[in-house]
Amino acid sequence: MKEQIIFSMKAPYREDFQIKGYSFGKGMKSACILGPIRGNEVQQLYICSQLIKALRELEKNGCITNNKEILVIPCINYYSMNVGRKFWPVDNTDINRMFPGNEEESTSSRIASGLLKAIKDYSYGIQFASFYLNGEFVPHVRMMETGYQNTSLANLFGLPYVVVRKPQPIDTKTLNFNWQNEMTAAFSVYTNSNDQVDEKSAKQAVAAVLRFLTRMGLIKYESHSGYISHIILEEDLSNVSSMKSGIFKRLIETGQEVRYGQELGYVIDPFLGDVVETIVADTEGIVFFSHTEPLVNEGDIVYRLIHRLHE
Amino acid sequence: MIENVTKAALYVHENLVIRRNRICPEHGYEDRGRICVVTGAHGDELEGQFVCYELIRRINAEKEKLRGTVDIYPALNPLGMDTGVRTVPIMDMDLNHMFPGQKDGTMMDKVIASIVDSLKGAEVVIDVHASDTFVKEIPQARISEEFEDMMVPYAKQLNIDLIWINAATTVHESSLASSMCKLGVPALIMEMGLGNRINREYGEQVVDGILHLMHKLCLWEGEDIPVKEPRIIRNDDISFIRASESGIFMPLAENDTFVTKGTVLGEMIDPLLGEVIYQVKAKCDGRLFTLREHPLAYEGALIGRILKEEKEKSS
Ligand SMILES: [Zn+2]
Repeated sequence: MKEQIIFSMKAPYREDFQIKGYSFGKGMKSACILGPIRGNEVQQLYICSQLIKALRELEKNGCITNNKEILVIPCINYYSMNVGRKFWPVDNTDINRMFPGNEEESTSSRIASGLLKAIKDYSYGIQFASFYLNGEFVPHVRMMETGYQNTSLANLFGLPYVVVRKPQPIDTKTLNFNWQNEMTAAFSVYTNSNDQVDEKSAKQAVAAVLRFLTRMGLIKYESHSGYISHIILEEDLSNVSSMKSGIFKRLIETGQEVRYGQELGYVIDPFLGDVVETIVADTEGIVFFSHTEPLVNEGDIVYRLIHRLHE
Repeated sequence: MIENVTKAALYVHENLVIRRNRICPEHGYEDRGRICVVTGAHGDELEGQFVCYELIRRINAEKEKLRGTVDIYPALNPLGMDTGVRTVPIMDMDLNHMFPGQKDGTMMDKVIASIVDSLKGAEVVIDVHASDTFVKEIPQARISEEFEDMMVPYAKQLNIDLIWINAATTVHESSLASSMCKLGVPALIMEMGLGNRINREYGEQVVDGILHLMHKLCLWEGEDIPVKEPRIIRNDDISFIRASESGIFMPLAENDTFVTKGTVLGEMIDPLLGEVIYQVKAKCDGRLFTLREHPLAYEGALIGRILKEEKEKSS
């Protein structure tokens, strides 16, 4: 393992900001794995640390393929993490909305640019990311439909689902989109939590990455073959919204199969205690996302279902 | 007439309500069209609050001269305004990056879609912003290149100093103004002043402009004050000054003044060592039209902008 500084910057009141990378093997820039770009992505940090641990072991045993280099950047935005913020602390900008970045522009744009420069030559890019909706997801690989996306490669992670998203204007500034534009096969991997460590899904994520690296011939590792991924277009997910606000009681776990008309949750009047709404499935399918917060607004998305898919 | 544009129940015992004041011509007068003035998308920008107040005050003072409908929305992001934060609280997203909303999206997506619906059919929509809490701006319109032809004629009436045509579509995409333009409703962003502050002079200036535009659109027959001829600028006309090192920025120049190449705009100081880290100098002659107000500046932070080669008008 070789430690390197990917990007650094002086700060008036804090130790220098340094993005660190750890590389395994030597030679062709083959795979790059990225951790948190937002300060609440603790699960993502944990996964990267576990991956570095596993890769150190593999390297020690001579299991990194010759002439292949794997780089892991366990955390980009630890500055936010240390002050309990999601976005860049000084100006609240989301670094994941600053790509491709520019080294002549704003601080977060410089960070984005410095990072992309260091990672753009890798053939495969894997980012542990988070979504703007707070809640729990079925572990999946997400790709942007840029024209360069390769879903059959995404299947090699062996996670249950691959989601393809049509880029909206706002997506064009994300790392995933710009990484793909640099001709890196870029994947975002989502596990089911952000600000909590979920051991089970972290293990699943580490295994998925090692499986992918094995299948791409970058490491020698015996792994379970995983799932045969189901490919979903994001626009085909069906949203279930609450009609009332109050205390939300979830009845179904992410990943479970539901029938048409099945009760999925309750909204309880926060003062009177009565159930004011019973949320029911408007289709049969599998729960892809669920709202995990204890409170809910009128109109919030509480579930997203994979229409007509069975376990 | 105060109207609820849209309403959604929040977690506990409260509704998020987007309100507008609709002013219609007096009985017997023709209603020739509608103009919308919206503001408060960013909760740390307050300049628009005075603009709303002053516009309503002036129209009501001569209401018999009104020939159209005026819809005024002081707070598109009421919870952001209340908490003094730029974004939409809890989700921490920039409202002006969420347009045109989505009828089957999250609560805010639905709220935004209702705002968009309520603006449809207007002759023009003016979205008043106040820079941010970092830099101070002079009154200007920001227009994306895509809608330049559509929007410049409107912007010219607004008594502003500049019209900044920006080619970077990502700056504008998903904004209220661009989303309305895409729907065929002329809309533009106005920027002025500084976050968390109100500059009365700028407010008066811009209200003069809005009334002048209404006059041009035949919606207002009240007093019509001659307006400034704004300079139309593009990114190439601007010298951007960004912090080359992090520190505390102490300005030595005034915003909206003319500077020459080498003029010291301020000093970046180190409070621990008691030293000047470096002097921030103008890289060209011109009009300093943006200046940093927030002292803490990291490397890359915007310190100022100079409009190249604009000479002081000798009067
Ligand atoms: Zn604004």
